[in-house]
Amino acid sequence: MSKYVVSSSPHLRDSVSTARIMQDVVIALLPAAVAGVLFFGYRAAVIIALSVAAAVLSEWFYCKASHTKSTVGDFSAVVTGLLLAMNLPSTVPYWMPVLGSAIAILLCKMIWGGIGKNFMNPALCARAILSLSWASLMNTFATPAFGHFAGVDTVASATPIVSGAAGGQYSIAQLMLGNIPGTIGETCKIALLAGAAYLFMRQIISWHIPALFIGTFAACYLIATGFDLGQTLYQVFSGGLILGAFFMATDYSTSPPTAKGKLIFGIGCGLLLFIFRYCKKTPAEWCSYAILLMNVVSPLIERVSGVKSFGEVGKNG
Amino acid sequence: MAITQTFGGGIHPHETGGGKAVTCLLPVVTAAAPARVTIALSQHAGAPAVCCVKVGDKVDLGQVIGQAQGAVSAPVHASVSGTVIALTPCVVASGKSVPAVVIENDFEDRWADTVRPCENADALTPAQIVEIARNAGLVGLGGAAFPTAVKLDVSKLDPKPDTLVVNGSECEPYLTSDHRLMLENAAQIVDGVLLAKKATGVSRAVIGVEDNKPDAVAALQSAAKDGVEVVALPAKYPQGFEKMLIFALAGRRVPNGALPSAAQCVTMNVATCAALSAAVREGKPLIERIVTVSGRVGTPCNLRVRIGTSLLDVIEQADGLAAGVRKLIVGGPMMGNAIPSLNVPITKNFGGFVALGEEGLSGEESACIRCGRCVRACPMGLMPSKIDALVRRNNYDGAIAAGAMNCMECGSCTYCCPAKRELTQSCRVAKAIARLKK
Repeated sequence: MSKYVVSSSPHLRDSVSTARIMQDVVIALLPAAVAGVLFFGYRAAVIIALSVAAAVLSEWFYCKASHTKSTVGDFSAVVTGLLLAMNLPSTVPYWMPVLGSAIAILLCKMIWGGIGKNFMNPALCARAILSLSWASLMNTFATPAFGHFAGVDTVASATPIVSGAAGGQYSIAQLMLGNIPGTIGETCKIALLAGAAYLFMRQIISWHIPALFIGTFAACYLIATGFDLGQTLYQVFSGGLILGAFFMATDYSTSPPTAKGKLIFGIGCGLLLFIFRYCKKTPAEWCSYAILLMNVVSPLIERVSGVKSFGEVGKNG
Repeated sequence: MAITQTFGGGIHPHETGGGKAVTCLLPVVTAAAPARVTIALSQHAGAPAVCCVKVGDKVDLGQVIGQAQGAVSAPVHASVSGTVIALTPCVVASGKSVPAVVIENDFEDRWADTVRPCENADALTPAQIVEIARNAGLVGLGGAAFPTAVKLDVSKLDPKPDTLVVNGSECEPYLTSDHRLMLENAAQIVDGVLLAKKATGVSRAVIGVEDNKPDAVAALQSAAKDGVEVVALPAKYPQGFEKMLIFALAGRRVPNGALPSAAQCVTMNVATCAALSAAVREGKPLIERIVTVSGRVGTPCNLRVRIGTSLLDVIEQADGLAAGVRKLIVGGPMMGNAIPSLNVPITKNFGGFVALGEEGLSGEESACIRCGRCVRACPMGLMPSKIDALVRRNNYDGAIAAGAMNCMECGSCTYCCPAKRELTQSCRVAKAIARLKK
């Protein structure tokens, strides 16, 4: 036997790895998570910790029970747990992130074959299940109190989308800073955009889905409101659109891999969100549902958005 | 400056330890002739040459020892003068065992009388140039080793090619032999380009060089004459691939499954052009080539080596392997072959040698996360992840329908896969199965 390794080419590999990508997503989510803790107090921190821990433990348990090699090292369970926590109000009881993460990992990811095989975003899917099961718990938002770390009054407040329809209760500055009611991770748009910029810089996500998602939604809203720029901006920066467009809709497993597919996917998300928000005018996680619905049709989009091979055109194309 | 467009996709392995800097500043050194050479009779695409010497024969430098047979073939010449001591199979870098002639070197370097400079090279007809290329055993030195005479003979082609595309891009990491040749023998390359231009009757000849070698671009530009164009191309792997190069330099796409002639192009490597010039002007057959020896070796270098020299002898001249070598690569690390032992002879298509350590080993494979990096990287516009998934389910027809036959095996997809999946290998499997089914 030769002491040298013989394998097929190529013999060099990029340093990128699944774990590194997932760590980058965690890094990108951290500013918004920190903002959530600052605004919503220690409960937010506890919920994030519980959610991440439950997600990792669920994945570890599933691998153990199914006698397969543990995949917790790829950090994707951490991302799922963190994303779920960011989609929960800070007022939910502590069992909820634990149950939610278990649902996300076991029911929405692992039983389909694990990473890359799930057809719906696990965190969003779990959020939808929790919302449908405990609607009132999932729709009680705390009023944020910046710097008032220890005790935040758990007053049920309306989310800005609802009040926004009535005429803009919050300023754009407040929407950007995030000291408004909402889920833990969705309110601070500045932090979310900073994280998104990091993902672009690291080439983890491409512009296609976020740009078309937000662009389509904004364009529809502008037209529907007779080019009311203020109301449109208010809509773009309220609710979960920024979190959803950059961090949830871009999920690799549940969106098409080609540029063309991503464009169609983004447009679909934007259209659905517009229809839901504009026509329903009720408080709900419409952004989640828009993405989940597009997740389901993603394989169909993939079928019609195949790539064109280099030599497919005419001789002098 | 001609229009340059670049293919979609591609990767930048230069940025992650490309290793060219190690040898690109070192002038080519002529390696000491070995005491014996093992000359493979099949070191080109097509039919093997037929041995025409026997044990005990005295042979001269440049004497034909294997004659071409068939339409696509090339003769093989003695790279030393001396005595034939054995006719025996040997294992070459591709892993195949091929018949070979072993010659004991008498160190006299006595040229065969067939090796004569051409006095009126400029008056040669295209057919005569093709004949010289054929008799000199010229093959593509870029790696594929396709007989040059077959490429240059355009008499049966319709429509006739109109562009000669010359590859000086050398996009493989670590390798710098073409780079050095462009710096040191620019005039010879340009002369070879003009000879090939004449042989093929094309109206345009253009040399493409990656823009990470500005000195080579400058050297060729100052040597260029009689309308030979030199174009700097974006440094991106696999820029040097035939189809990518034709797209960049001639603005044409070679249709799937077709040869460059379908795009009315003839492609040649700069090293082949230099060898053509030597064959025509000096009458020299192809008996030596430049080999980059790099990676974890004592002294990385560019050596001018006689064909048939054992790689063991070559490595010795590079002061041996360094510590921590895990992989021996013949060719570049993207397309080259990993070999189990250094006991292989240098052949005409021996592009270089790179000794890799841990960096040459791939990490443990995990599940595809559908990130789409391979789709973005594929220069041929394929979905390697999809082909890989189909091949792993033994759905070879599906893989072929997904375009696996168009895969050039450049390795870009495997290089950039975060899950460390052997995507290129899946395409190879699909192609091999499809050929078996035919």
